[in-house]
Amino acid sequence: MSRRGDPRRGLRCSGALRWPVVGCAAFFAASCQSAGVLDPRGPVASAERLLLINATAIMLVVVVPVILATLAFAWWYRSSNPRAVRSSQLAYEGRIEFVTWSIPALTVVLLGGVIWIGSHQLDPRASIPAKAAPLRVDVVALDWKWLFIYPDQGIAAVNQLTIPVETPISFRLTSATVMNSFFVPQLGSQIYTMGGMTTHLNLLASEPGEYPGISANFSGQDFSRMRFLVKALPDSDFEAWTAEVRRGGSALDEAGFAELAKPGTIAPATYRSVAPKLFERIVEQTTAGPEKVGVTDWRSSAPQKGH
Amino acid sequence: MLGKLSWAAIPFNEPLPLVSTAVVALILLVALAIVTVKGWWPYLWREWLTSVDHKRIGVMYVSLGLVMLLRGFADALMMRSQQALAIGTAQGYLPPEHYNQIFSAHGTIMIFFVAMPLVIGLMNFVVPLQLGVRDVAFPVLNSVSFWLTAAGALLINVSLVIGNFARTGWMAYPPLSGIQFSPDVGVDYYLWSLQISGIGTLFTGINFVTTILKLRAPGMTYFRMPVFCWTALAANLLIVAAFPILTATFLMLLLDRYLGMHFFTNDAGGNQMMYVNLFWAWGHPEVYILILPAFGIFSEVAATYSGKALFSYRSMVLATLAICILSFMVWLHHFFTMGAGANVNAFFGIMSAIIAVPTGVKVFNWLFTMFRGRIVFTTPMLFLIGFIVTFVIGGLTGVLLAIPPVDFVLHNSAFLVAHFHNVIIGGVLFGVLAGYNHWFPKAFGFTLDDRLGKASFWCWLVGFYLAFMPLYVLGLMGMTRRLQHIADPSWRPWLLVAGAGAIVIFCGILCQVAQLYLSIRTREHRRDVTGDPWNGRTLEWATPSPPPAYNFAVLPRVETIDAFWEMKRKGEQRWVERRYQAIEMPRNSATGFVLSFFAVVTGFALIWHVWWIVILGLLAAAATILAFGWSDEREREISATEIARMERTRVAVGGAG
Repeated sequence: MSRRGDPRRGLRCSGALRWPVVGCAAFFAASCQSAGVLDPRGPVASAERLLLINATAIMLVVVVPVILATLAFAWWYRSSNPRAVRSSQLAYEGRIEFVTWSIPALTVVLLGGVIWIGSHQLDPRASIPAKAAPLRVDVVALDWKWLFIYPDQGIAAVNQLTIPVETPISFRLTSATVMNSFFVPQLGSQIYTMGGMTTHLNLLASEPGEYPGISANFSGQDFSRMRFLVKALPDSDFEAWTAEVRRGGSALDEAGFAELAKPGTIAPATYRSVAPKLFERIVEQTTAGPEKVGVTDWRSSAPQKGH
Repeated sequence: MLGKLSWAAIPFNEPLPLVSTAVVALILLVALAIVTVKGWWPYLWREWLTSVDHKRIGVMYVSLGLVMLLRGFADALMMRSQQALAIGTAQGYLPPEHYNQIFSAHGTIMIFFVAMPLVIGLMNFVVPLQLGVRDVAFPVLNSVSFWLTAAGALLINVSLVIGNFARTGWMAYPPLSGIQFSPDVGVDYYLWSLQISGIGTLFTGINFVTTILKLRAPGMTYFRMPVFCWTALAANLLIVAAFPILTATFLMLLLDRYLGMHFFTNDAGGNQMMYVNLFWAWGHPEVYILILPAFGIFSEVAATYSGKALFSYRSMVLATLAICILSFMVWLHHFFTMGAGANVNAFFGIMSAIIAVPTGVKVFNWLFTMFRGRIVFTTPMLFLIGFIVTFVIGGLTGVLLAIPPVDFVLHNSAFLVAHFHNVIIGGVLFGVLAGYNHWFPKAFGFTLDDRLGKASFWCWLVGFYLAFMPLYVLGLMGMTRRLQHIADPSWRPWLLVAGAGAIVIFCGILCQVAQLYLSIRTREHRRDVTGDPWNGRTLEWATPSPPPAYNFAVLPRVETIDAFWEMKRKGEQRWVERRYQAIEMPRNSATGFVLSFFAVVTGFALIWHVWWIVILGLLAAAATILAFGWSDEREREISATEIARMERTRVAVGGAG
């Protein structure tokens, strides 16, 4: 860019500009040590961060000059500047108009390509190519806790999601209560969990570690405590964990689920076995209402406290 | 007898709402007492409460918006302080059942009872003046619109002390907002106050579309209308198209809640995502209902204070209409995370990004309006510059959120909260405040203090960046919105900075209050006797400040865009002795005031299931409408001699223009 204000001018009129610059710098400073979106631990989150950075860069090419030009024009054409050339008749100029439509249009054409390709590559349903076979996990959002069912292992856990690294996790998700959103920022894509409906999501953790997970859609009273921890373990450790879970804890049957589904928060726990097809029945039961499926009504207690 | 209403509805155990309500009630009582003692009731009733003058209604709308801004901002301060305090083991001072009401009320109030009244108020005041006409197409309907909006605002405030407000967020997604998960009256307060004010808004839309299409000064073709009128037309077309969707959606939710139907429930075939789709089919156009008039204000401000015609008027109009149409094709970007297929998400993502094209064109046009101009740094001009700088950042983050895979990690995060505050504060609010400073002398005949205006601008600008840049960072760090408690202590510094930003914004609001107070005190020194304090370009400046009830003694003839600029260029005399003709003006009407009184009563009774009052209220409202329908003297005539006398007085007072 040839238009570069002299430093004196920069100091006088950059009050508005200074904070965004500080903010931008802070993004990256903050991201390095945080467990956030800019600190990915899987291919989905990495690709999403890359998209975020690329798209930001594409747009900054236009946005930064616009900000600078705004400040420069405003300052140079101030009424007290005797050196400014003025023409009060300049209300239309075809070439300028051509440029003003072209710049945003070209930017958006570029971004449109990014959006189209990105949406398909990072479709939550798309399976993730990997050497290991996918692990199936069924997720149920409850008031205000997360139930993770491992249908192939026949075990379950609450508020802790233990997964093997370098293994694609194929999630089926639903809600036995209001809408929530299943989100592990460091692994990438979130997705809604909705009563009576099943959504699908594929994620992969590429290195061992503990990653916080949250609900990203407001769901009532104890929403801010509806947190879980993802533990990504090496393959062998994961096997050991499943074996350990099978040895201890209680079984998650219909009655146990009814108890678990009552509104409230609980500490992480595991279940050595799970009633068969529990996930399918939760989806069905939520749709039809308990009286039609003929099981314990686990939704009857009023979830709202207070007056 | 009283439905669900009992003494238990009043939160005696919660001091905060009770004390604040008591203080507000005390202030109101004192105000009413002063009005009574001074004998101002007849004046208030005659000149304001029953007025159908678009200027008075505009002023009342803006006043309502500013008062509700204080209420909504009090909520904001509580949210910021709770999040700055309740970190790690600390729980803060607001329990979830209270905190969840506060953010729901904050969103609802700021959108429906701050942004909407401010924008509609400015349109009310300015559009007929800019069009060179004497009032809107349906003046009494205009008064009904205002009073219904005020009725909704009153009901929301009643929820502070009788019962509670929704704890669902301002979108009130079912099934959380359904009767199963929200059995108390909070959601009903939300729904009925928005139903009542929403009908008022729909009437406004119909009124202004009709006014702009059918009433314009002689010679004012569409392409000679000021850009603000174009943006007002686009915004009101959007109101007419979008608000019925909201009303119908809320009606379905009400049927679920009151009659046990299953539109949006989890069970019995209900589909919660239908609500979400319908809500945003209204919600996204709503964003443009707010921002388009703000764009219009900035166009007027840019041209006026650069001493230059707006650059590329036709591009501006085209861009406005393009945004108007596109705004209906992007609603799904509010829930990319629903699990729709890649094609659907990509389509809505690209459509959303396309809106950046006309918006970008507008930014460039404002830039080239300043280019080679003679810029006077008044408060509105500062807001324009602050707006451009801030808004392009908000646009950038908006397009980021329009990229589905990026939205997958930022949806519902603090980043999103920062984004929409970036465009609503940096866009809508800055626009409204620019318009408020710009048109205030027209409304009241004296200018606002520029020094305090600028102080408030700097507080708003710096406060905005302090309050919301940290939220962008927090969003990237994985913080979602609506958290009553923060688990991660490393977020604390950012939350403290955000809290400090809210306090700086508060200083900005204080500056505005001081500005208004000081300007009224020193009004004799700041009289605008010319009617044209800013060397304006459009017709509202061709009439005295404040304009007479009939706006223009003789309707202006329009030959170009910037009609008044052209008149001044040709040296046409304003306010010269002419042959006046009698003017027919609408009579005052209490219809709006009375109707909205019954709307409040009926709404309150519906919320508390007091069915006999509901029936009485509805009958009374119907009777009010019928009474208006049967009245036959709806106009009064101002005779030619009286107009001549009034105009002479003005010339004598103001000196020829």
